[in-house]
Amino acid sequence: MSTVSSPIQADAATPTGSTGGSVLGTLLANGGVRFGGIVLFILFMIALAAPLLGTIDPALLDPTYRNKLPLEARPILNDAGEEVTVTHWMGTDTLGRDLYSRVIYGTRVSLIVGFSVAALAIGIGLVIGLISGYIRLLDTVIMRVMDGIMAIPAILLALSLVALWGAGLVTVILAIAVPEIPRVVRLVRAVVLSVREEPYVEAAISIGTPTPKILYRHILPNTIAPLIVQATYTCGFAILVEAILSFLGVGIPTDIPTWGNIMAEGRLLFRVYPHAILFPGIFLALAVLAINMLGDGLRDTLDPRFAKRTST
Amino acid sequence: MLAVIGKRLIATIPVMVMVAVVVFMMLRLTPGDPAAVIAGPNANSAQIEEIREQLDLNRPLWEQFAIWAGNLFRGDLGESFFFKAEVTDLIGQRIGPTLALATTTIILTVLLAVPMGIIAAYRRGTWVDRLVMGFSVLGFSVPVFVLGYLLIYIFAIQLGLVPVQGYAPLADGFWPFLQRLILPSLTLSVIYVAFIARITRASVMEILEEDYIRTARAKGQTERRILFFHALRNAAVPIVTAIGIGIGLLIGSVVVTESVFNIPGLGRLTVDAVLGRDYPTIQGVILVFSFAYVMINLLIDIAYTLFDPRIRY
Repeated sequence: MSTVSSPIQADAATPTGSTGGSVLGTLLANGGVRFGGIVLFILFMIALAAPLLGTIDPALLDPTYRNKLPLEARPILNDAGEEVTVTHWMGTDTLGRDLYSRVIYGTRVSLIVGFSVAALAIGIGLVIGLISGYIRLLDTVIMRVMDGIMAIPAILLALSLVALWGAGLVTVILAIAVPEIPRVVRLVRAVVLSVREEPYVEAAISIGTPTPKILYRHILPNTIAPLIVQATYTCGFAILVEAILSFLGVGIPTDIPTWGNIMAEGRLLFRVYPHAILFPGIFLALAVLAINMLGDGLRDTLDPRFAKRTST
Repeated sequence: MLAVIGKRLIATIPVMVMVAVVVFMMLRLTPGDPAAVIAGPNANSAQIEEIREQLDLNRPLWEQFAIWAGNLFRGDLGESFFFKAEVTDLIGQRIGPTLALATTTIILTVLLAVPMGIIAAYRRGTWVDRLVMGFSVLGFSVPVFVLGYLLIYIFAIQLGLVPVQGYAPLADGFWPFLQRLILPSLTLSVIYVAFIARITRASVMEILEEDYIRTARAKGQTERRILFFHALRNAAVPIVTAIGIGIGLLIGSVVVTESVFNIPGLGRLTVDAVLGRDYPTIQGVILVFSFAYVMINLLIDIAYTLFDPRIRY
């Protein structure tokens, strides 16, 4: 890091890649990748093992046990009809549901939304970006449309799409993915435009390699590193937007426990019982923080030039 | 200078046209009958028919667009189904609080973020730098509504320093106005500060490596003058660009912040419109916000020429 050539590259606080070794080794040498990776892995495990983590039915109502503070314990009948003691680690909500169970199950929805949006936006954006970068005739039209979509603030666009399509898991995923597509298209197009001037691509064209094969063999591999980084950021942003939509009451239906829904329900009695907003809020912030740190780490190690290309 | 402004102004036209096309097509590309979608699940066929008439949905697509765009051009955004009022009037009533909130947020952000970024760049690698960068990563991750409630809980409920929620127009006096805007602006500015501080740091750091900074030091210029005069001025273009790009971020967060703090602005209007499936209002708000976004970035493009006379369009 003796010379600094681009504004964002300068963020690479930890010098990496000097030790050689495998890609994985280089990645793990980065603190952000390690922290983000571990937290994300733990959240994954929580989502997978939600029923095994001492949770009870997240939809179980108990009007006699409303608005309990964290750590309150009480007896409850389990499926076999036996009496067991349940500790409400995070207290209960205004309907007497166990907040701990709801937050743990909420992890599932957030991760599903994050990964689906990232996969969808990258997949669609990649195809449009390759077409736009390689076929000059369509480039102008596609990029004008993308400029138009990008001029609409992402959350507003997602909000209005949800209003049109109705609230639900699939529509929320689609609505969050649409505003993200132009960013991917721009990124892929920039890579295509720079790579297609490379001598090996010209050579491939001159010996008559068909266009699809050139795209697949020579251009696609160059997009992988920046796309992995972009996918990470998109995933984090999607989790945040899903929580916002649910919080505003227009996202995932309220019968599914999501972090945003739990917080939306906690709003009314927030002044007296702030824990209903605090706990899902901590989980949400931690998940997004982990993903962002992972993204920063991946960017610094995988593709230092990436920042330069997209910062203008 | 006028020619520059004119040229840039013309360049925004295709973008705004595309925004209008996207907003127009969004409803028409929705699967099913757009009139039924707008009317909602409980509407009867007469109501659906009425909406179809009102939006000219029986005409060919290009004719619909021509009528709609023509109205738009004359400043007619249609009539709200939910509020039973002209969308332009609704927006006019609600724009004040949002403008006030956005303005205080931008001022607060610049006042906080730019010095933070400069100090972090200057003290690069020290604990100050790590603190600023740590805040920057954190600020990007804490959801705006969680932060909003946290601040309400600490400053309004526990300490009782400011009112919990609500809004008072400037006409009610400066102090009540400011008192109710402090927390929402602070909430909104955190993500924005995180973003601008990061760009400022990177950009100033790059400038500090330049030869002319060494020259300035060699001729005995004070460090403060080097930082705030030589470095900041030359680092201004990326910082100002980031402020413009951040407006998009800001607009998204305004919607949420106004809901948390119960501010009767455009953001609150958007959420009410979405909940009421009031499509004309949603369209109107999107167009206004996008127009503001494009115009602010246009102003910033023009401002470049002031910061860096080498830039010519």
